[in-house]
Amino acid sequence: MKQKLNIFISGAFTNNPVFILLLGLCSILATSNTFSSALGMGLAVTIVLIMTNLIISLLRKIIPNEIRIPVYIIIIASTVTIVEMLMKAYTPELTIALGVYLQLIVVNCIIMARAEVFASKNNPLDSLIDGLGTGIGYILSILVLSLIREILGTGSLTFVNPFTNVTVFSWTIFDARYAISLMVDNTGAFLILGLLLAAINGITMIISSRKKRKKEVLNAKGEQG
Amino acid sequence: MGIVTLIISAMLVSNVVLVRFLGICPFLGVSKKINNALGLGLATMFVVFFSSLLSYGLYHGVLKPLGLEFLSLVSFILIIASFVQFVEMFLKKFIPSLYKSLGIYLPLITTNCIVLAIVLESIGNNYSFLETIVYSLSVSGGFLLVLIIFSVIRERVESSNRVPQAFKGIAIALIITSLMTMAFFGFQGLV
Repeated sequence: MKQKLNIFISGAFTNNPVFILLLGLCSILATSNTFSSALGMGLAVTIVLIMTNLIISLLRKIIPNEIRIPVYIIIIASTVTIVEMLMKAYTPELTIALGVYLQLIVVNCIIMARAEVFASKNNPLDSLIDGLGTGIGYILSILVLSLIREILGTGSLTFVNPFTNVTVFSWTIFDARYAISLMVDNTGAFLILGLLLAAINGITMIISSRKKRKKEVLNAKGEQG
Repeated sequence: MGIVTLIISAMLVSNVVLVRFLGICPFLGVSKKINNALGLGLATMFVVFFSSLLSYGLYHGVLKPLGLEFLSLVSFILIIASFVQFVEMFLKKFIPSLYKSLGIYLPLITTNCIVLAIVLESIGNNYSFLETIVYSLSVSGGFLLVLIIFSVIRERVESSNRVPQAFKGIAIALIITSLMTMAFFGFQGLV
């Protein structure tokens, strides 16, 4: 049980696909301009990730090693086609908002990376958990970015239900006159992601330097004793 | 749309990296040295050109007459992957010196979203054969242009020691990109 939890936590946090491994940045930057589209993209990627991980893990003993990459690509492309057709049927507005980025999930490095690194070597249940964990990690990162961008860029936060196209909530946080509209644009996407990565780097550096200092103190005490 | 307008809008106004967020991974990964940037950009242009021609033929010659449009995504990615594989084998056999200098970047192109995006878009926008050629060359030319500009800036930034420790690497690269994006907004009024 603990091992399963570790797989999940590694996928979602310690090996976060976006902030730590820097994979799949294109879709993260492009679809994080509004909260609704970010959530839709995150869910689509997670569903594709879970399905491909499961299928590849089930077929891992049949797929010949030499042609595994083309086989993975076909599995991923078929899964994306299925998800895209379903989304076109049930969430047409969201599909238009996501545009070509929905089909580009095929070439999202996260999915290929999980297939190659995890699903091809582990049993179906573990691969399912890994897909779910990595997907949650992706959703968390894209939501953080979209929250910052939408709040700073428009001064409010709205969420539209993609199935019914009804606005679920729309909170005004500050007056739209003071909004920095640059944040919703491309400039804001690159800027906020850069600052977030720098913040994460900074925090990791502080933590590791503290650990080092603690060790040094302990070592010094040990030498005295 | 006129051909000149198409070139300007595909290359500058809606630049593939800065405005459309495509191909960020190779953009950030292979821009530390100008030579590598040039090699990757040219290889991408080559693959984009031929795979969009092949996909155009496949879509209008086979998939559309047979009513199999839903298979387009699967067949396009197969075309791109096998074409990249073919180019790699061809170069390895006949032009080993070029293969050596490009070798590492070639397999990466399969997962470069620019290639698939250009193919999907020229089909989606119903471009004619000539427009497909012009579109694929000018979008990938835009990628090459931005990649070279960025690698020149980055080479200088990497060699300076004034960048704060936490910003080193990708963080400062993203902030430089955001400033470049702002500059590219200036092209917005051209078309």
